[in-house]
Amino acid sequence: MTSEAHPRLNPVRGAAALLAVPALVLVIGHFLPTYPLRVLDMILLYAVLGLGLNIVVGYAGLLDLGFVAFYAIGAYSWALLASGQFDIHLPFALVLFIGAGLAGLAGILLGIPVLRLRGDYLAIVTLGFGEIIRVLMNNLDGLTNGPQGIARIDEATLFGWTLATPLDFLYLLVGLLAVAFLFVWRIQESALGTALAAVREDQDAARGCGIDTTRVKLVAFGTSAMIGGACGVIFAAMQRFVSPESFTFWESLVIVLVIVVGGLGNPFGALLGATLLILVPELLRAWADYRLLLYGMALVLVILARPRGLIARDYGPSWLMRRLGGG
Amino acid sequence: MGSLILQQTINALTVGSIYALIALGYTMVYGVLRLINFAHSELFTAGAFIGLGLAGALGVAGHPLGGVAVGLVTFVAVGLIGVSVEIVAYRPLRGTSRLAPMLSALGMAVVIQNAVMLIAGRRPLIYPSFLPNGVVELFGAIVTYKQITIFTVAVVLMVGLELFVNRTTLGVRIRAVAENAETASLVGINPNMAISLIFFIGPGLGAVAGILYSSFYGVASFTMGFVIGMKAFTAAILGGIGSIPGAVLGGFLLGIIETFGTAWMPVLTGGLVGTEYRDIFAFSVLVLILLFRPAGLLGEHVSEETMVYKSDF
Repeated sequence: MTSEAHPRLNPVRGAAALLAVPALVLVIGHFLPTYPLRVLDMILLYAVLGLGLNIVVGYAGLLDLGFVAFYAIGAYSWALLASGQFDIHLPFALVLFIGAGLAGLAGILLGIPVLRLRGDYLAIVTLGFGEIIRVLMNNLDGLTNGPQGIARIDEATLFGWTLATPLDFLYLLVGLLAVAFLFVWRIQESALGTALAAVREDQDAARGCGIDTTRVKLVAFGTSAMIGGACGVIFAAMQRFVSPESFTFWESLVIVLVIVVGGLGNPFGALLGATLLILVPELLRAWADYRLLLYGMALVLVILARPRGLIARDYGPSWLMRRLGGG
Repeated sequence: MGSLILQQTINALTVGSIYALIALGYTMVYGVLRLINFAHSELFTAGAFIGLGLAGALGVAGHPLGGVAVGLVTFVAVGLIGVSVEIVAYRPLRGTSRLAPMLSALGMAVVIQNAVMLIAGRRPLIYPSFLPNGVVELFGAIVTYKQITIFTVAVVLMVGLELFVNRTTLGVRIRAVAENAETASLVGINPNMAISLIFFIGPGLGAVAGILYSSFYGVASFTMGFVIGMKAFTAAILGGIGSIPGAVLGGFLLGIIETFGTAWMPVLTGGLVGTEYRDIFAFSVLVLILLFRPAGLLGEHVSEETMVYKSDF
């Protein structure tokens, strides 16, 4: 902590920094052919997922191995509420809230029995929960159409703007990423963020300071689940097809890797991690069989060599703002 | 009706003994390091495949005595892998945070699983049965020799472990380190030695469970460790994590809950919930224990001191 608790921010430079990067991504997007554009979309989606998971893993220091379950809940919300499956066609903006809400609710219900206890149980329970959601998606044929999945999902329309091409989704995802980025950054800087840091570093001391550790952990877990759910809705709208195959344990693993490689507890880390984790496998397509082996090794090596990830926690947006503002 | 229940009990004891053998590895590691060893389930798979490879190489597939030899060699081989995993991936992280070794364990699980896949292939392989064939009828229930062998092998190993931990000097050292590593080192016990021993025995038992499991079902696939591992961990929590008798009790109990649950659910719900939900029982059991008895059945009483660590990870 510097003595300068509230650095004076140069508003012009702050706003420029805030707008320059997304604008650049959008400009680049206009020049990209379809396939790289889709990859860029996936990078942004995983960055948002990473930001969401970071609240639990990076801020609260709890391991969530079933994040994909919340992502799946969101995806199936859109698939069921905007397709021919039950002939329900709700608007995209509404389903975005429903999907995020359902995922958050599932997170809180799952968190209540577990988060009262030692945090390591969360890892195994979330692992199991991810598996259960997948079993349910596979077997509730009447609802989810089983392993065949749900096809012919509606085109998403957001206040008259039809999201059809990968470029449309790029705009949506850049917007979502910006909102999510500001949101998790503000959480980190808020009283909640401080409480989460206290829980992560020393649970007894946190209790001693009057922090209700269970409640704080629950809020973190629920918020993160909501972000996962919202991402799922967008994923389903983007693919216009969902099946249980997209929501295996490996997806959860990739999202964990995104933040561990990028930097635990650092929003910039999620961006860097998502870029690496999506881009590198695309470049190494010929080596597809070795992909997971390499992922596993990367996880172990990063943890051993750089336990704080590529960008350390301290070099987050607040640090950048101080540098830009204070000069 | 009576014979049906007896039949299911026998089936339950068969799966239960396999769960128990795996659960021992989880509970011993957790007892000493407070670490969920995610790599354990993949060492179970590795054990099954190493056993398969050995049987092919030695030409003893399907021979019971060959099975004993394969089991012993596999125990040692996988035990040594377990020891190396600990030295390479967990030891450097000891004392850092609780999140770091867990992520490292997760990475090792992925590495081992994919190494098995790259060596043995994606497709499930037919597994030779090292266990004797044949059946006996017991009060109307059919018991295969395979089931009897699995149960016997598991019980022998568990009794052996119990004697080792309670009656030998090495066992006393392990228990001392589990109780308090710092104090143990003050009286001249090398904690690393005890931890290595745990990482030898646990994966070794898991590997034997892998051979028994694959022999029983006749197939081995590189992904089979995932769900089994989760169930075995549930069994360890059910019995009280850190407790060796707890892991055994939890394993058998989970086998019983799962077998009877799967068999009776479709009847009770009028076919609404079918056998495809078998894997959900373990998870529901896990959540229920965490709600009502987080220390498990044989775990020590949960007080604020034992339940709350300084930080969660």
